[in-house]
Amino acid sequence: MSSVKVELHQKDVDKIKAIAKEHHNEPEELINVLHATQEFFGYLPAEVQEIVGEEMNVSAAKVFGVVTFYSFFTMTPMGRYPISICTGTACYVRGAETVLDEFKRQLNVEVGVTTEDGKFSINCLRCVGACGLAPVVMVGDKTYGRVSPDGVKDIIDEYKDAE
Amino acid sequence: MAKHKMNLMVCGGTGCYASAKGDLVKALSEELEANDLSGEVQVITTGCFGFCEKGPIVKVLPDNTFYVEVQPEDAEQIVKEHVIKGRKVEKLLYKHPHTKERISDSVHMDFYKKQIRIALRNCGIVDPESIDDYIAREGYQALGTVLGELGPQKTIDIMKESGLRGRGGGGFPAGLKWQFAKNNPSDEKYVVCNADEGDPGAFMDRSILEGDPHTVIEAMIINGYAIHANEGLVYIRAEYPLAIKRLKIALNQAREYGLLGKDILGSGFDFDIQIRYGAGAFVCGEETALIQSMEGERGEPTVKPPFPAESGYRGKPTNVNNVETYANIPVIINKGASWFASIGSKNSKGTKVFALAGKVNNVGLIEVPMGTTLREVIFEIGGGIKDGKKFKAVQTGGPSGGCLTHKHLDTPIDYDNLIKVGSMMGSGGMIVMDEDDCMVSVSKFYLDFTVEESCGKCSPCRIGNKRLYEILERITDGKGKKEDLDKLRNLSTVIKEASLCGLGQTSPNPVMSTMDNFYEEYEQHVTDKKCAAGSCKSLMSYHIIAENCVGCTACARKCPVNCITGEKKQVHEIKQDLCIKCGNCMEVCKFNAVTII
Ligand SMILES: Cc1cc2nc3c(=O)[nH]c(=O)nc-3n(C[C@H](O)[C@H](O)[C@H](O)COP(=O)(O)O)c2cc1C
Ligand code: SF4
Ligand code: SF4
Ligand code: SF4
Repeated sequence: MSSVKVELHQKDVDKIKAIAKEHHNEPEELINVLHATQEFFGYLPAEVQEIVGEEMNVSAAKVFGVVTFYSFFTMTPMGRYPISICTGTACYVRGAETVLDEFKRQLNVEVGVTTEDGKFSINCLRCVGACGLAPVVMVGDKTYGRVSPDGVKDIIDEYKDAE
Repeated sequence: MAKHKMNLMVCGGTGCYASAKGDLVKALSEELEANDLSGEVQVITTGCFGFCEKGPIVKVLPDNTFYVEVQPEDAEQIVKEHVIKGRKVEKLLYKHPHTKERISDSVHMDFYKKQIRIALRNCGIVDPESIDDYIAREGYQALGTVLGELGPQKTIDIMKESGLRGRGGGGFPAGLKWQFAKNNPSDEKYVVCNADEGDPGAFMDRSILEGDPHTVIEAMIINGYAIHANEGLVYIRAEYPLAIKRLKIALNQAREYGLLGKDILGSGFDFDIQIRYGAGAFVCGEETALIQSMEGERGEPTVKPPFPAESGYRGKPTNVNNVETYANIPVIINKGASWFASIGSKNSKGTKVFALAGKVNNVGLIEVPMGTTLREVIFEIGGGIKDGKKFKAVQTGGPSGGCLTHKHLDTPIDYDNLIKVGSMMGSGGMIVMDEDDCMVSVSKFYLDFTVEESCGKCSPCRIGNKRLYEILERITDGKGKKEDLDKLRNLSTVIKEASLCGLGQTSPNPVMSTMDNFYEEYEQHVTDKKCAAGSCKSLMSYHIIAENCVGCTACARKCPVNCITGEKKQVHEIKQDLCIKCGNCMEVCKFNAVTII
């Protein structure tokens, strides 16, 4: 688990309670609740998981078990500009690996890690379904198609000085 | 739709969306507005046309003009020339790659000639956010027939006669599955649509949900009625936001029209549908794991039997079908079982949708009758291999499937034939590979996927696949031994036999099929320490050929680690210990002076 302690404000706790209530505090809806919670906080630190557990009437251990099972859930905050490289088969055969290597090299971080300034994080995705544009990279919601290692710098530059 | 003289159908699929450099719908609407044409001409966002390679696509109705690679700045020309003057915009028409002739109607394009669209019949034709559009194309008519005339058993009989088999990978006869679920008595039953689509390289189900969500809803209601279930669930990947949005809109519209809810069409039958989200676990596509996940648990498969038809969601009889399976059902009811059974091959009826991708010219979503050959798909529909390279292999069935080669090109595609040649239909991913793809690396790619996605419940899959991966890694690193090849085979056999669920039972397929079809390539890696495809970095190095080098310095400037030395107009040299083998130098050298050894 992440070692950083997260301090939750009352309004955060209330938000989680509201999300749980929207889903009728029904244990079956745990995954849907975690989706909504992650959308709000950006990630799911242990402190948040505990409250989700309490609200949904399941143990914190179970929440943790579910969070760690599904790759969509993350316990570390992502960068302000999360970079996702599609590593589906179509992108793979069209050179996604070299693009990924170039992002890692230029940002000097590994997959799943956020840069020190909190701006970028790199993740791999399995097929976004834009195989016609392979290799595909997403930054936040924006999609970049036919990316080559040469084009990596331009993509990073686009966000480097943005706030 | 009818009151407009002309419709501009803009593809709203993810592929086209991503290739547009701006808001195409807005640009077209504004241009129409500026010319006072908004009352006569309508811009409609539709589902995927399939021809993703040439997106963004705009189709003009009623004259069927098919514009490719349309960008917002082309809006003015489309409106001024085509809409106002009736002259087609030549430069936006598809150009035949060989004859260079411009083709204006998609029916004359090689990409569409061999296709028959059943599951995708409405994609690119209806506005997916309009239930009226769907109804105008015989939508919800099948539901009326089922509720009003057929009744449950006759409906199931039609399904059986049609020969429809599950499109999610297993190929189990849909009618038979429905019969089991109907025959199991229970106070509660459930209908589940599997929209998890985990194969990394497949986007059929997403395109159907994005382009024609009502067809899936209609089929699920029919399914519920036939097996006496009152609740349906769609389990969909959270990575598909557009499909989720359109599905939600469609569900609300169906409720408003009384097609979902209590007493549907006055039949006394109640049915409603909820959505459950996946969270990025491939194994959740397996039906028992999917049910676990819908109950809020870790998505670990359970032992079968009991099958979901006996004890599924909440321990009640549950019928799970795939999105594409459902998309066929309303048409089968409308046109009849024998019509459907007349399409396809002996034991595989109807069509199959494939996501054709990789090294082919025409990447996209295609739907062909079962029995079409791989050659027709790759060379006619797909337009052959990209950049004039040589065909090497085609992978079907995703991580559960295999790599087929030249000798299989004339194999008619159906469930049984693909299994016979060592692959499988899977859900419909079809990845084409050329001479630059190393088959050992490809199987390593799939194993990497399996290792990451194995749920860890049983050891043959959890540990065995990891070992397989390590052996493959050794081989691609140039540290493989001859014995490793036998180890790969033996271990694969054990994993297949001893794993609990379909994931483990099929995970060695990529290894086994590449070993069967490309054994010499494995041997080359272990004995000669060579990768002929030039893809295993450890087995190659870049060198500059002194005779060819003119000292233009292009490579040195492009080298990301500055490991190329040499004065202007002098022969350059690569410092091997620093080189990261990125290949930039080779790409930029105009004098063929960089070579791989
Ligand atoms: C590892 C694994 C992954 C699967 N993934 C999917 C999937 O993504 N979509 C799907 O419809 N079926 C998938 N299946 C098949 C389902 O278990 C099930 O057979 C199918 O949903 C039944 O529907 P059908 O008969 O209409 O194909 C998968 C099976 C296995 C073993
Ligand atoms: S075969 Fe693999 S995925 Fe399936 S239950 Fe066993 S460990 Fe899990
Ligand atoms: S680009 Fe080619 S010709 Fe120019 S210096 Fe490099 S190796 Fe020599
Ligand atoms: S392969 Fe890349 S790192 Fe190696 S010399 Fe060429 S440009 Fe430099």
